[in-house]
Amino acid sequence: MSLFNTFHIAGSALTAQSLRLNAVASNLANADSIIGPDGKPYRAKQVVFAATPMGSAAAQGVRVTQVVEDRAPGRMVYDPRNPVADERGYVAMPNVDVAEEMTNMISAARSYQTNAEVMNTAKQLLLKTLTIGQ
Amino acid sequence: MPSKLDSNFLLQQQALTLRANRQQVLAGNIANADTPNYKARDFEFAAALENVLSGRREGSLLLAITSPRHLGGAAGSSQVRLLYRQPIQPSADGNTVDMDVERSRFAENAFQYEAGLTFINSKIRTMITALQGQ
Repeated sequence: MSLFNTFHIAGSALTAQSLRLNAVASNLANADSIIGPDGKPYRAKQVVFAATPMGSAAAQGVRVTQVVEDRAPGRMVYDPRNPVADERGYVAMPNVDVAEEMTNMISAARSYQTNAEVMNTAKQLLLKTLTIGQ
Repeated sequence: MPSKLDSNFLLQQQALTLRANRQQVLAGNIANADTPNYKARDFEFAAALENVLSGRREGSLLLAITSPRHLGGAAGSSQVRLLYRQPIQPSADGNTVDMDVERSRFAENAFQYEAGLTFINSKIRTMITALQGQ
């Protein structure tokens, strides 16, 4: 029954978009974390989406293949009183672009919403199918 | 008699199956709206229905039948020919999903599915009326 597959496809998109939203939350929370788990400034994380077949070739779901670290250089802030400042008084900050993360967040939220709607439509159609002949 | 009942419902049943199939393809497009290099897909409903009703398959390799005791069969075939959508506004990451187009097609297809359900229900009702003979 291919309408059930519609559920799986929309579900895979919901999972992927929530992962993206998680990455955005992590990036925004750590926009000023000058010391990450490895002792270096936090680096922005981005998810990579890839289409993945679900059940049949016609049904393409989506999944997150990997989470990559943004390789853009972090900004340097002059703050000689900071304990982690280098010998010239500069502090390496994370490479999180807050404006970019905000647009990323809106895009992820909209995609999540659309896929939830797809799921709702599939549910309505399935329920109506169950009442055939009544 | 069962075969006559069968053929009476065949058209509606095949149409519903195809609509459900198309719903799944469109859900895949919506799920992959943010996947780089994903190409939106769809199929022509009228042509697919014609193929199904006439038993024709797209790009199929039929088994050679040289004896009346051989069974027929087809390899690597499907009655639905999936095509790629012509992008109106292609994006820089190679994705051709246009959310407006996909969502309107999705809504239209859901509506057509419901119409199919209505047709099949009224056929069943006609049949029941005939059976009761009151």
